[in-house]
Amino acid sequence: MKKIINDPNEVVHDMTEGMIAAHSDELKQISGTTVIAKVNAPISGKVGVISGGGSGHEPAHAGYVGNGMLDAAVAGEVFTSPAPDQVLEAIKAADGGAGVFLVIKNYTGDVLNFEMAAELAEAEGIKVEKVVVNDDVAVDDPSSRRGIAGTIFVHKVAGAKAEQGGSLEEVKAAADKAVNNMRSMGMAMTPCIVPAAGSPSFQLGENEMEIGIGIHGESGIERKEITAADDIAQELTDRVLNDFDFTGEAAVMINGLGSTPEMELYIVNKKVQSILAEKGITVYKTFVGEYLTSLEMTGCSVTLLKLDDELKTLLDARAQTPAFHS
Amino acid sequence: MELTVQDIVTWIEKANEKMQANKEYLTTLDQEIGDGDHGINMARGFQEAAAKLADNDYPDAEAVLKDTAMTLMSKIGGASGPLFGTAFLKMSVASKEAETLDYETFKHGLKEAVEGIKQRGKATEGEKTLVDVWAKMADLFNKETDFSADKIADEANDAMEQTKDMMATKGRASYFKERSIGHIDPGSASSQYIFTALAEVIGGKL
Repeated sequence: MKKIINDPNEVVHDMTEGMIAAHSDELKQISGTTVIAKVNAPISGKVGVISGGGSGHEPAHAGYVGNGMLDAAVAGEVFTSPAPDQVLEAIKAADGGAGVFLVIKNYTGDVLNFEMAAELAEAEGIKVEKVVVNDDVAVDDPSSRRGIAGTIFVHKVAGAKAEQGGSLEEVKAAADKAVNNMRSMGMAMTPCIVPAAGSPSFQLGENEMEIGIGIHGESGIERKEITAADDIAQELTDRVLNDFDFTGEAAVMINGLGSTPEMELYIVNKKVQSILAEKGITVYKTFVGEYLTSLEMTGCSVTLLKLDDELKTLLDARAQTPAFHS
Repeated sequence: MELTVQDIVTWIEKANEKMQANKEYLTTLDQEIGDGDHGINMARGFQEAAAKLADNDYPDAEAVLKDTAMTLMSKIGGASGPLFGTAFLKMSVASKEAETLDYETFKHGLKEAVEGIKQRGKATEGEKTLVDVWAKMADLFNKETDFSADKIADEANDAMEQTKDMMATKGRASYFKERSIGHIDPGSASSQYIFTALAEVIGGKL
């Protein structure tokens, strides 16, 4: 294992300290926790929006803390959901009296810990609502679909709604709409190494790729021989389009998993755009880059979000965070 | 026979020793059908729990089980933290004001623990999760009338082995569908260590 780390057990701690040092004008750490919040959080009267999950997905989640997106993010150990007490600290850090909205990705650990934290917060008199993001079409059964890169669209939409003064119920309605109109599909060519494990999460031959991977170094639903970018883009996009009718206007995200150069992401995007044009889907906005990674995994995912006027406005609204500006 | 506060502390210490010794094995199991951090998380959680218990004095069984539960819940993380934490929390609640754990109290606590895990994880038997070990142990305690070290150890091991042939329908292993068959469920393996540790404590008292 070659990594620029100190103690494998201290990577999250070391990362959050370094992140705060880099963005001290925007972010603060809640003392004694792995919670990173906006410097001015909580904001009185505004719905707080929080997210979080395992570390190793940078810039998620703390990279999206800032104006117009998240009020706080909570970092678990690498690929491991944070515990309920930590999530509760994030809820408290974001609570300005109007309630707190939780963006949860659909993994058993995340759902369990965030639900327990929500129960604890409600016991303390804080109003809490949530959305469980399940955009990954690689899994057939919608109830067990994972939350992957589309989560960033949910951060954006919920964050914008809260920034505009939306109530907890309105923030939830907007986030639900985003989740219900969004699908993603990913692929990888190499596994990744969890620092404390020290060895790759799975083995792939030189000419092999995994289709339908999650974001935790787990293997995908199908292993096959690697093909050209256009074929990969076609397969990912087909899976997304076959699952949901995107006719109309859509936002596109081509997300890199940590070790894929932008050059390759743009090559994928070129093909995705031409497929969508052929299908008569109008691309309103495109995002290409690393939004939700899986340590140093090589690969990408394609996300589509079907837009209406409300979602367009929320997507366009001003946001200023370390990892996202609009 | 009954378990004293010191027995419960020893139970967690022994469970911790097994988690440390088998940390890499558990992680390997998890790399096969999960995300490869189960050993790391369980070792961290039980190390913290054992350290916490060593540093404190407890008036009764309820208190020591509760502290174990809260430490596991906040230090393991992932899905395992809430699930193992819930198991010990339910045992604690079921032992209300019990200074020591007699067989009936332990049996009742274990039944509550299984219900708690099922409810929290929305899982049931046969889905290739830790429920498969915990539910079998509750069944065993229902059948028997007193603590038996051998039976506990054997049943825990059998229950864990049986997860090998199951197809996962809950948790992250469920994404692997048929490919999850042939692998022991990591949560079942760590549950087996917990019950083997219990069997050793009981064996040491007989």
